[in-house]
Amino acid sequence: MTTGTRTTPSTTHPAPTMPDRPFGERLRAFARRTPVKIAVVLIAALWSLPTVGLLISSFRSQVDIRTTGWWDAIVHPFETNWTLANYIDVLTANGMAEAFINSLIVTIPSTVIPITLALFAAYAFAWMRFPGRTVMFVMVVVLLVVPLQMALIPVLRMYTGLDLNGTFLGVWLAHASFGLPLAIYLFYNYIAQLPKDLFESAFIDGASHYTAFTRLVLPLSLPAIASFAIFQFLWVWNDLLIALVFLGTGDDVTIVTSRLNELVGTKGAAWHLLTAGAFLTMIIPLIVFLTMQRYFVRGLLAGSVKG
Amino acid sequence: MTARLTQRYHAAPPPARAAVSVVALVAVLTVIWLALAFVRDTDAPARLLIWAYDTIGLDGAADAIRDRGLPDLWSKLIIALVALVVGVAGIWAIFIAANRIVDVFGWRWRARIRPYVFVAPAMVLLTIFLVVPVLNTFYTSLTEDIAPLPAEVPEELSGQADVIAAVADEITAIEHTGNIVSLGSFEVATIDIVGREGTAIGSALVVRTGDTLRAFGLGNYIWAATDEAMHIAFRNNILWLLFGVTGSVAIGLLVAQLMDKLRREALAKTFIFLPMAISFVGAAVIWRFVYWWRPAGSEQIGLLNAVWTWFGNEPVAWMQSVPVNTFAMIVIMIWLQTGFAMVILSASIKAVPSEIIEAARIDGANEFQLFFRIMIPSISPSVITVSTTIFIAILKVFDIVFVMTGGKFETEVIANRMFAEMFKFRNFGRASALAVILLIVVIPIIVINVRNLRRQGIGT
Repeated sequence: MTTGTRTTPSTTHPAPTMPDRPFGERLRAFARRTPVKIAVVLIAALWSLPTVGLLISSFRSQVDIRTTGWWDAIVHPFETNWTLANYIDVLTANGMAEAFINSLIVTIPSTVIPITLALFAAYAFAWMRFPGRTVMFVMVVVLLVVPLQMALIPVLRMYTGLDLNGTFLGVWLAHASFGLPLAIYLFYNYIAQLPKDLFESAFIDGASHYTAFTRLVLPLSLPAIASFAIFQFLWVWNDLLIALVFLGTGDDVTIVTSRLNELVGTKGAAWHLLTAGAFLTMIIPLIVFLTMQRYFVRGLLAGSVKG
Repeated sequence: MTARLTQRYHAAPPPARAAVSVVALVAVLTVIWLALAFVRDTDAPARLLIWAYDTIGLDGAADAIRDRGLPDLWSKLIIALVALVVGVAGIWAIFIAANRIVDVFGWRWRARIRPYVFVAPAMVLLTIFLVVPVLNTFYTSLTEDIAPLPAEVPEELSGQADVIAAVADEITAIEHTGNIVSLGSFEVATIDIVGREGTAIGSALVVRTGDTLRAFGLGNYIWAATDEAMHIAFRNNILWLLFGVTGSVAIGLLVAQLMDKLRREALAKTFIFLPMAISFVGAAVIWRFVYWWRPAGSEQIGLLNAVWTWFGNEPVAWMQSVPVNTFAMIVIMIWLQTGFAMVILSASIKAVPSEIIEAARIDGANEFQLFFRIMIPSISPSVITVSTTIFIAILKVFDIVFVMTGGKFETEVIANRMFAEMFKFRNFGRASALAVILLIVVIPIIVINVRNLRRQGIGT
């Protein structure tokens, strides 16, 4: 973690490998640390076990899954019929490929669009003084924790009137708007902490707010933008509720989470399909998460609450 | 650069440039409007391509699309691309154009107007999609669908509103007994519900909008407070909150504290953190597999039942047995949220000054005293933050229950019931009341957040 200010414990207690420490002390340090290590490994294993089971099963043949537990494949890796058939089956016959594309189509604009809007607003809240500023910002903070459920029904009715139900446009607008409070709040926290001198000297040099925004704030805010983008991406990709409410389950718009949910409903015992399907819904978020973990953690630490 | 900027800032631009800016803004808005129409229309990409091919003279390609149509995938990708370009470039263009128009005014007005140019687009979206809907939901929660006009034995009465539901079969008429407000299509009145024998069997305050009649009052809340199924939902939500929050925070704290002593903590942390990237639906499927049940005698392929039977027990259908099923689902939530608690708490543990810890060690404190007397008090603000965040997440839990049991076997929770009221029963009044109940629970958190904001004094 990047925020650590305290020296690590290994400096307060010299590492056991240091040659000049007496044997007894090294032994004691080892004895103290080993149980902790074992506990940590156990917890990490316990936490990964369900996912590992899913992953292994998704590559086993339908018959294997039905007849033996997935751990059997670890014990007898060579007698297991490893296969990609489950993935092919779920991608083609069960519409997961199309759902996958739909998920991308829903997620990317829903992630990108709120960023621009929120950046401008956050800049104004941080570096401009105007009547109504406090009221508007308090509104943003209140909306941060208002349960989404409060907005679903009126927006659904509005969409019925505008004929936006079941369209990508409707979902983009909904996701973008629901993501705005968090985006504004995160960006505000970040932009307001930029050094004041920076702006003062820019303004003295005659820079307008627009110039300060594009030349100073945008480049400096990239880490905050990355944090929010990851949040919003994971949130939108993983969302089921908004997709069910505004997008529905029509074949041409269903996203991966709704499709997986449908599979559970219609083929609840077909584990060769469910395991492969579930892993397909997870693969993109996992990649995003693992490659951008640093920004994700930074965003978390910036105090994020999603409503 | 400086000279150019100075000029732009101090001198009002010539009228011609201002006119150009206005035209540009109008053009941008028109393009966005057209683009919105474009992305709504699934045939639009095909028409666009045909037009484009015709224009550049590729008649063969245009005819091919006319004959066979554009593959769905391509239309969708084109639509998404247009949305992306308009959503980013379009918004940006609006800002630039509006910003230029502001430059036309004298400096005093420029300074007054410009902030609103910056905040307006976001605020407009927030108002349309959150502020107005939230107020609307309050109103809807106070109304119940009871009857369309004219007030003759309406079909929609079947099981909708408690005022009338019980006696729906016997209603012969609804009589106005007094008007309170009457504004054309909007009317507030009191009514008597007349039964088969011509006697009044109930009365209600109603709101008429157009030709729908709605009872106005606390009926939906009374239903939520008295309905037996809702009692189960409330009980389950409390169980979820109680065990879910304490479970994730306690395990997260334990892991953070244990790992703080290790050198290769990042790797181990990733394993526990990973579920945060997994959707609730995905997690539900993962755990549905763990909890999978097969009758005794057949091979158990679910991990839990395999372990359970290995110890000589009969296999258990975890998802069907009350109350184990609710707890089994709470475990999923703990599995998902512990990583979050761990990351925040671990950062806050590292922020505890080492001097304090060393001083305590020198004074002879053992590890447990160190943890409970020094660590816990130092990190309590983080513990509170983490707890409230997880609290809010668990309060609204929907997906897990929706996928695992659909609320059957006494596993109902508020958010799932709200969804059912909304889509299965089409009772928006009740669904809104449940949403309001969720909101009421988080009000204390809202108050604390706003108070903190006041104390910090925003931005100063």
